[in-house]
Amino acid sequence: MTAPSAIEVQDLVKTYAVRGRPPVRALDGVSFDAPSGAVLGLLGPNGAGKSTTLKILTTLTRPDAGSARVAGVDVVARPAEVRRRIGYVAQRPVTDPMDTGRENLVLAGRLQGLGARAARARADELLERFDLGAAADRLVRTYSGGMARKLDVAVGLAHRPEVLFLDEPTTGLDPHARAEMWAEIERMTHEERMTVVLTTHYLEEADRLAAHLVIVDHGRVVAGGAPSDLKDALRGDTVVVEVADDGATARAGEVASRVTGLREVTTDGRTVRARTSASSAVVLPALLAALDAADVGVASATLARPSLDDVYLSITGRAFEAGAAAETEEVAA
Amino acid sequence: MRTATQHTALLTARALRSVSRVPVFMVMNLVQPMLWLLLFGALFRSVVEIPGFGSDGTYLEFITPGIVMMTAMFGAAWAGTTFVQDMERGVMDRFLASPTSRGALMVASMACQAVIALAQALVVLGVAWLCGARFDGGLGGVGLLLLGVVLLTAIFSALSNAFALLTGQQEALIGLSQMITLPLMFLSSAIMDPRLSPAWVAEVARYNPFDWAVRLGRAALDGSAPASEIWGPAALLAAATVVMAWVATRAFRARQKSV
Repeated sequence: MTAPSAIEVQDLVKTYAVRGRPPVRALDGVSFDAPSGAVLGLLGPNGAGKSTTLKILTTLTRPDAGSARVAGVDVVARPAEVRRRIGYVAQRPVTDPMDTGRENLVLAGRLQGLGARAARARADELLERFDLGAAADRLVRTYSGGMARKLDVAVGLAHRPEVLFLDEPTTGLDPHARAEMWAEIERMTHEERMTVVLTTHYLEEADRLAAHLVIVDHGRVVAGGAPSDLKDALRGDTVVVEVADDGATARAGEVASRVTGLREVTTDGRTVRARTSASSAVVLPALLAALDAADVGVASATLARPSLDDVYLSITGRAFEAGAAAETEEVAA
Repeated sequence: MRTATQHTALLTARALRSVSRVPVFMVMNLVQPMLWLLLFGALFRSVVEIPGFGSDGTYLEFITPGIVMMTAMFGAAWAGTTFVQDMERGVMDRFLASPTSRGALMVASMACQAVIALAQALVVLGVAWLCGARFDGGLGGVGLLLLGVVLLTAIFSALSNAFALLTGQQEALIGLSQMITLPLMFLSSAIMDPRLSPAWVAEVARYNPFDWAVRLGRAALDGSAPASEIWGPAALLAAATVVMAWVATRAFRARQKSV
């Protein structure tokens, strides 16, 4: 750890009053650090506390307890100083639909302290970089979803912030626009040595962009580290075997659980799933031989390195998308 | 202070750009006052003949300053709409997470509303003039009336913005228009000489900022009223403007606690 921390979060607590119901504890002692010049991914289902954490770090709200520093500055004691150093792209659009793209960028730059000429030059530069030059003088309400989101990020960058906060930057974008956004975020961190804090619903996005992940659930940090470390911590690959015959699944499961080097055996339909605890190159042939000896026909067998989905499943005890959906319903009810 | 002034100019320009792109709203805001001016002015023409009605001119001349102020107050009550829209998008959060001056956000909104209200006041005066209303106060009187328009607009845009910040809902502004500004209009001397209204109405009107503005406007257009009838209400309006702007800017803090 040679790079100084861009974000230091210590024991954040935040409780919201809800009329007619007991208060909701949105954050219940959240702590994490993020090195500067890299992407930090904040991951978790809806209602886990991602957005509340971001609101505290961007000075939009104050914590009930705990402390946080952004770029070395305390967010509660010196909010004005923090605001000069950060850019914030909210989950919802941050641009004025009745202004043009250029007008939005110039206004953002000037409110952040750039002079008139510097703000115009920076706007030109960002419009070109985000490939919005042709639409620069059109009202934002005529922009497509992907164009509007790129302009949102450009607005956040108007004053070259030290730390950029992106709240779900690609939610609702089509795959092409999402890929473009990912490339842009990668370029930002590499070329400008900027720290990016990103919340996301997409594990694929976190896996690709984040150097460091913090997984939050029920207002607490449940895991943190580099994506590869988190995956390695699971120790072992996932083995998935599909049996040829419906009736043979249970027997296949019993056979698998007796094979040395296999654990966490589960069955579902015609699929048997397990995790290897020894070298996969030895365990898989052994499993197939044992199934053959037990007269179980095998339709397919695959071996996979653990994905972030597996990490999430093992930490929170539920699949990522399913968990997210359940939380949404809870909030709606 | 320099930053706040600069931010006010930038944000006022943004608000006026937005208004100029949908000019139809400004015209729509004028429909209702025109109906009041033309229909009421004609319908109640003979009101001035009631013994005790303290006006030498026509009823149209009597209600013109009232309608000018009514246009200003009703328009300003919707000022918070822009804040609500900015809050529904992430625009307000983006401003608040940046060094943007909170006071500038408030004052810019008040300034933009004041510009709109001045334009509308001139239209109402012009129509009244075309219909035969004449005012001895002359251009100086019109200038003083417009000062009242600016102050009244500032008070009610600040109130509307405070409602918007505290509730985040357009419905709250509808409530403001229906439950507050409409009664304030009737509890004043805008359309009826208070000497002919029940005593309690005249009593309430003394504490009604809208009535201060109407009295200021009427005295200014009259031309022969003592200076105290102009500068007394003007001072009250100015004080109320400062207090409301301060209270409304404080609403940013309340919002920070609730989000």
